[in-house]
Amino acid sequence: MNTVEDSPYLLVGVFSVAAALFALVPLGMAGLWARKFSPAKPGPDKNATYECGLEPRGDAWVRFKSEYYLYAILFLIFDVETIFLLPFAVAFGGLPAGAFVAMMIFLLLLAEGLIWAWQKGVLRWV
Amino acid sequence: MDEGLRSELSKQGIFTTTLEELYNWGRKNSVWPLQFGLACCAIEMIASTMARYDLARFGAEVFRPSPRQADLMIVAGTVTKKMAPQVVRLYNQMAEPKYVIAMGACAISGGPFKQGYNVLKGIDRYIPVDVHIPGCPPRPEALIHAFMTLQKQIAGQKLGGDGRPRHLDPHAPSEFPVPQFGQHDLVPPKNPDVWQPPLLMREG
Repeated sequence: MNTVEDSPYLLVGVFSVAAALFALVPLGMAGLWARKFSPAKPGPDKNATYECGLEPRGDAWVRFKSEYYLYAILFLIFDVETIFLLPFAVAFGGLPAGAFVAMMIFLLLLAEGLIWAWQKGVLRWV
Repeated sequence: MDEGLRSELSKQGIFTTTLEELYNWGRKNSVWPLQFGLACCAIEMIASTMARYDLARFGAEVFRPSPRQADLMIVAGTVTKKMAPQVVRLYNQMAEPKYVIAMGACAISGGPFKQGYNVLKGIDRYIPVDVHIPGCPPRPEALIHAFMTLQKQIAGQKLGGDGRPRHLDPHAPSEFPVPQFGQHDLVPPKNPDVWQPPLLMREG
């Protein structure tokens, strides 16, 4: 009578136990070793969460000035728009009407932003 | 075990050892240094880990970027007074057993910058140093020699009793006071438990 053929899951069980022992026995031995020989020595520095040489300072929730959005708008207008305009110009001849209209709407939105920023006086140099 | 019996057994191909020797053998061949350099000595430290000098032969090629995983701090370079508290803090955060190699003239005494107002005159004023290496900077061979010296020290450590090292002694400290950056100097200027100024004797 063959036990493996009778219960095919026996091997799985044996391997599971072996795997658990493989992990737990070294951990247990390390724990015993620590208890017998090397005492735990916690301290304020050792238990500190941050492990660089410097203590963290201040709050992680840094406040940004709300006026920063003006720079974001100007960045979109002068930088991102240029990136889109170049492929637009290259592919201009073969574009369908829908793509042309979509691009025009995009440009219009950014042009509105430019006019608005201009009126706010953001473009004036100090 | 008797030394004669032991050598007789080894002639017969039987290897005997003790728990203490096995423990020290394992530890001395897996010392992981902290990845941390302060000045030009660090360049030599880096060179000693590369293929030509190959610190990996001694089991120490794994430089850990976290003090939690490191056993050895190689103080490689000039320790400024601004930096000293951070060095001591990093040392405190290392897990026991931990060792320190003071590499180069600056780390052991301040070196050519000893007269400088902002240079610590040796890291051994705050943390216990196991091996000092002279040189400006020491060559990689010198660092490897220091490393082998440290390995010899580790191999001779006892597992229990009076001569046991700090990390096995429950009463010995594991953290050392971190100096503060004061108005004129570090406060305190030294840790008297670790370092005392050399006593000057005047003859006659």
